[in-house]
Amino acid sequence: MTETIFPEISIAALKAGDRAEFARLAASFSTPIYRLALKMTGDPSDAEDVLQNTFLKALQHIHGFEERSSLSTWMYRIAANEALMTLRRRKSQIPVDENPDDSDEELAPMQFTDWCCLPESEFVSAEAKKQLDQAIQHLPDSLRVVFLLRDIEGLSIKETVEALNLSETAVKTRLLRARLRLREKLSSYFGERVREVS
Amino acid sequence: MTHTYSLTCQELLASISDYVDGSLSPELCQEIERHIRGCENCRVVLDTTTKTLYLYRQSAEKIALPGEVQERLMSALDLSEFFK
Ligand SMILES: [Zn+2]
Repeated sequence: MTETIFPEISIAALKAGDRAEFARLAASFSTPIYRLALKMTGDPSDAEDVLQNTFLKALQHIHGFEERSSLSTWMYRIAANEALMTLRRRKSQIPVDENPDDSDEELAPMQFTDWCCLPESEFVSAEAKKQLDQAIQHLPDSLRVVFLLRDIEGLSIKETVEALNLSETAVKTRLLRARLRLREKLSSYFGERVREVS
Repeated sequence: MTHTYSLTCQELLASISDYVDGSLSPELCQEIERHIRGCENCRVVLDTTTKTLYLYRQSAEKIALPGEVQERLMSALDLSEFFK
């Protein structure tokens, strides 16, 4: 699915050190990699570091790329690792968060207001954008990265498994938890808007 | 309509991801659709989850790579000559 978004890049040419081909790779992948990095770190300067390091590593390691996954999944894998390392470095003094695969966690929804039919202007306001960003930044890193790869970048479950080196069960559990948590956060905000608008 | 669901709210919640991804069997989809016709809370959770995903996808499409970030990337990779 994701592969079709990107133009055909010749892996053989990349491995042969064809710089024009690498420039094409950089041109076509820089926006998705930057988007992932920005949403992971929440910081434009960190995102730029992640972007540059991702391509530098790709350049360094393309010889060892065994093509067990697609090129785009491989690029996302490098970028996700870079972003997670940046975040770990940033908060090395804070203890690790909860176990992301603890399936006993309470998933039970608390918000039951239907906010789907708010006027469209409510969803594109600056405040709505801020709420969306904040909700995503509040997710633990381990859930955020799964959500971004699967739901924002459009990787399949299988590609997300390959990019993060997790089991399929872990990816699915994290994805469900991320989606429900985001729904809960947005529901607090938009539910309030429903009460104010009506 | 009877309200004896073969699917509990908790079970529906556990399948919600697969449902919105369209990866559930037709039988399970039918059970979910039957459940939400009689359970308003689950209907709202399902609809607002779908809307949540839609809003995030929509907002991500607007993210563009700033031109100067692209230029610095090409320069860091020593590829500037290909971007004139
Ligand atoms: Zn229910």
